[in-house]
Amino acid sequence: MNLQNKKFPWHIVVFLAPAVVIYSMFSALPLLDTLRLGFYTSNDAGVHSFVGLANYHTILFDSDWSKAFWNAMLNNVKFFAIHMLLQNPIGLLLATLFSLKGLRGARTYRTLIFLPTLLSVVIIGFIWQLILSPLWGVGEGLMTHVGLGDYFAPWLGQESTALLTLGLVSVWQYVGIPMMLIYAALLAVPEEVLEAAYAEGASSFRIFWQIKLPLILPTLGLVTILTFVANFNAFDLIYSVKGALAGPNYTTDILGTFFYRTFFGYQAQIGSPTMGAAVATLMFLVILLGVASYFYFVQRKLTRYEL
Amino acid sequence: MTSISSLSSAAATSAPVVRQSRFANLGRIWVHVVLCAYAVIALFPIALIMINSIKSRDAIFDNPLAFPTPETFSLIGFEKVLHNTNFMLYFGNSLVVTLGSLVLIVLFGAMAGWALSEYKFRGNRLMALYLALGIMIPIRLGTVSILQLVVSLDLINTRTALILVYTAQGLPLAVMILSEFIRQIPKELKDAARCDGVGEFKIFFQIILPLIRPAIATVAVFTMIPAWNDLWFPLILAPSDETKTVTLGVQQFIGQYVTDWNSVLAALSLAVIPILVMYVIFSRQLIRGLTSGAVK
Repeated sequence: MNLQNKKFPWHIVVFLAPAVVIYSMFSALPLLDTLRLGFYTSNDAGVHSFVGLANYHTILFDSDWSKAFWNAMLNNVKFFAIHMLLQNPIGLLLATLFSLKGLRGARTYRTLIFLPTLLSVVIIGFIWQLILSPLWGVGEGLMTHVGLGDYFAPWLGQESTALLTLGLVSVWQYVGIPMMLIYAALLAVPEEVLEAAYAEGASSFRIFWQIKLPLILPTLGLVTILTFVANFNAFDLIYSVKGALAGPNYTTDILGTFFYRTFFGYQAQIGSPTMGAAVATLMFLVILLGVASYFYFVQRKLTRYEL
Repeated sequence: MTSISSLSSAAATSAPVVRQSRFANLGRIWVHVVLCAYAVIALFPIALIMINSIKSRDAIFDNPLAFPTPETFSLIGFEKVLHNTNFMLYFGNSLVVTLGSLVLIVLFGAMAGWALSEYKFRGNRLMALYLALGIMIPIRLGTVSILQLVVSLDLINTRTALILVYTAQGLPLAVMILSEFIRQIPKELKDAARCDGVGEFKIFFQIILPLIRPAIATVAVFTMIPAWNDLWFPLILAPSDETKTVTLGVQQFIGQYVTDWNSVLAALSLAVIPILVMYVIFSRQLIRGLTSGAVK
């Protein structure tokens, strides 16, 4: 900075080194190394040999593998769709209600509704498993109470409903995140703009649709991409409720559980680090594609709107 | 501040406000109905578990929705879990891992954030971008290589391995939040210190670090919760009984004892309580962090 600072700036190195070293060793380089490992195969002795795209060819074109992979991919897309259709609109609704001026108890509501988001997915999964199990009957009992008892079914165990049910549980847990981010964005909407609109007699609905919503679009974009990354990387809920096999009959299998099984193996199949690395690489490409298109299409356009 | 501005706006437009107030009140009731209903949905499952964890086995099955009475009150589940299992050990492990990574994330994150925001050097922006990549790309995707690395460093089944991984996971966001915060510190403070010949390290540790305490609290909350709740890395890097965390312990415990409902519910409650306590302590900080734009 100053002229006297000609000597090597050791202090910068000392300040940066710990963070950069740990981050590189346990995050960035393992990620790169995983991308590399996807091109190798290992024999029983654990010796790696280069096989080019063979692993990817197996995953995408071998009949058993590709069926499992595309099943997991499709389920993951559904899982994401459930979050986009329910979690984020509900989060938006709740945040809009909290941010109403002078609402009593707003902080209490906010605090209470955010709570499930903080709990481990493992705990959440088991709680819902207990509630929805026909054995304990809390869910069935409650539904009977309101006259819907006949509609109760072991949703988590049926092929047709298991994924949707797990998606709803996940929505229930994580709705706090979009809620809080949107709430923060709504707080940042300039007071004068809203007051001017009120003064001119605009209805609350019109103010929401024509002023608040356009102004918080960047946050909705951020919520979308965060949901995308979280969903395409999800694992814990499915694993703790349905195990590594993502039953019934793989109907709840998503990329995270597929990756785990490929890497560690299960029942008849032996796990393979290199095949696992290939699956992780495919997940990486999916996430990268999502993040890149968010920055390219959404972020760029939004900054233009802001001006 | 809000009250003053709302007063002035009410004064400016007093006529329509009075006319609207009736409708507004009706509207407010619906808002409360919706929010109350959602709060019940959010809390009911958690309350259900905790209420039933302190009931006798028969009462859990006969009337799961009832509060415990003196006749049905029982702590047998907690007794069994605490006496017959390693639950306290798992708690200790979670505590060591979470606090260990927290200290490293805050210290190293603040140091890096300071270096990136204070000094101009070649590659500064590139370095910032490199560290920021970790915010969007999940560390889990590198698991295959992380496992190999941990094995080759002979850290498998150690809490150190988990601390290092969580530190790497938490650093990107911490560096971003903290460097943003450090940038807002007035230049004069640092310049005055430099004029007095105070060294760079002293400036950082004695002036800057105490000043960024609020941001540190935000970072702490954001990094503690994922580390405490993680299942993936304990499952892969430290599954041995001596190094299990609470999350992994609960996951496996419930699988084994699924018929012993008292123990299962007690285990679930025990695993929930630390987070509840943490939430009560930090909730204001968490909300302040979120609403002050710490994660934008």
